[in-house]
Amino acid sequence: MKARASILLGSLSAALVAFALTSPRVVAADKVDPVADARAFQNFFFQKFPTVKHEDFVNGPYSMNEDMKRQWQEKEEFPPYEFALDAGKEMFATPFKNGKTYADCFPNGGIGIRQNYPYFDDKEGKVVTLELALNRCREANGEAPYSYVKDEMASLTAYMAFTSRGKPMDIKIPDDPRALAAFENGKRYFYTRRGQMNFSCASCHVQSPGERIRAEILAPALGILNAMPIYRSEWSGMGTTSRRFVTCNSQTRAVPLEPQADEYRDVEYFLSYVANGLPISGPGARP
Amino acid sequence: MKPSLPLAMVLAFLLALGLAPAARAANEADYKTAYSAAEAASKEAASLRHQWTVTVSALAAAKKAADGGDFDRAVAAAKEAEALAKASIFQATTEKEAWKAMEIR
Repeated sequence: MKARASILLGSLSAALVAFALTSPRVVAADKVDPVADARAFQNFFFQKFPTVKHEDFVNGPYSMNEDMKRQWQEKEEFPPYEFALDAGKEMFATPFKNGKTYADCFPNGGIGIRQNYPYFDDKEGKVVTLELALNRCREANGEAPYSYVKDEMASLTAYMAFTSRGKPMDIKIPDDPRALAAFENGKRYFYTRRGQMNFSCASCHVQSPGERIRAEILAPALGILNAMPIYRSEWSGMGTTSRRFVTCNSQTRAVPLEPQADEYRDVEYFLSYVANGLPISGPGARP
Repeated sequence: MKPSLPLAMVLAFLLALGLAPAARAANEADYKTAYSAAEAASKEAASLRHQWTVTVSALAAAKKAADGGDFDRAVAAAKEAEALAKASIFQATTEKEAWKAMEIR
């Protein structure tokens, strides 16, 4: 009788210990943990491409292919985004009708701050991207907003990125459930398959970087936004982050969302955060 | 000379074809039924933020064919749009959980 009680007590204790050991793992797997996600994301690419220097990932397809890299380095002597850069610099300095400038809307006069965008605005409870902040600045000063996918916005962000070149991406996620939800939502968007082609962002930029899709070499997702905005030969012009998301969706035969939709803002937040520490290289040039 | 068996079979087949009722051409009512079903599925896909460009194109093609009086083509395009929209709804539903399988951990 005593022996049976001991066995029963022993089994109960073992079950409790097993439960105590396993249950925290279950909770941890469901918890939003941006730090762990960023570490895993970066390690994935560092291990997949052990010969690529970490800071080179921001150069997209050029980090994956030596021939393309050499061509690009030569092209950088007279970069195709130079006109946009000059235009952006002039636009940035030109006062609005009320006499104020973009510099009045941003910390440090808007110079060298690209690496801090997007950020989570705790008053609005949403992610604010650089493109969105620029248009809000215009509207606050009585000016009409620019198209998120056209040249003016690309020129402005090209100039602002240029003033941040080499600075490490530094996105903050405050300990705010809304910010964590935005990060998680961005992550979900990134991995979710959509369109008739049944592709997610990750299908190309996680599973197949360095591979060809038709004539193009796919860029790795790590650091992919550090080079924005970009001049694309395919577009014969500059393109913003908004334009990149919209065209990616169209290429999978998904109807794109409206530029600066919550999902796009959140996916920009996610992709930028997981690239923390990698240098800003924008404006970039791509085939 | 008696006709050979294969020739008899061919004649029987041709006779059957002649007697078979011809497929009825689609009319405007058929188109409206097919289009409204496709439109409802398409709206549901859009509300899930999973609309496909090809669904929108097929819906537009259906409307264009109907405007031109070609209801056979209009019904076919509307049915295609409905099938595409339903596939995109299926995608949206399954991806609610399936995306996690692709996540880097």
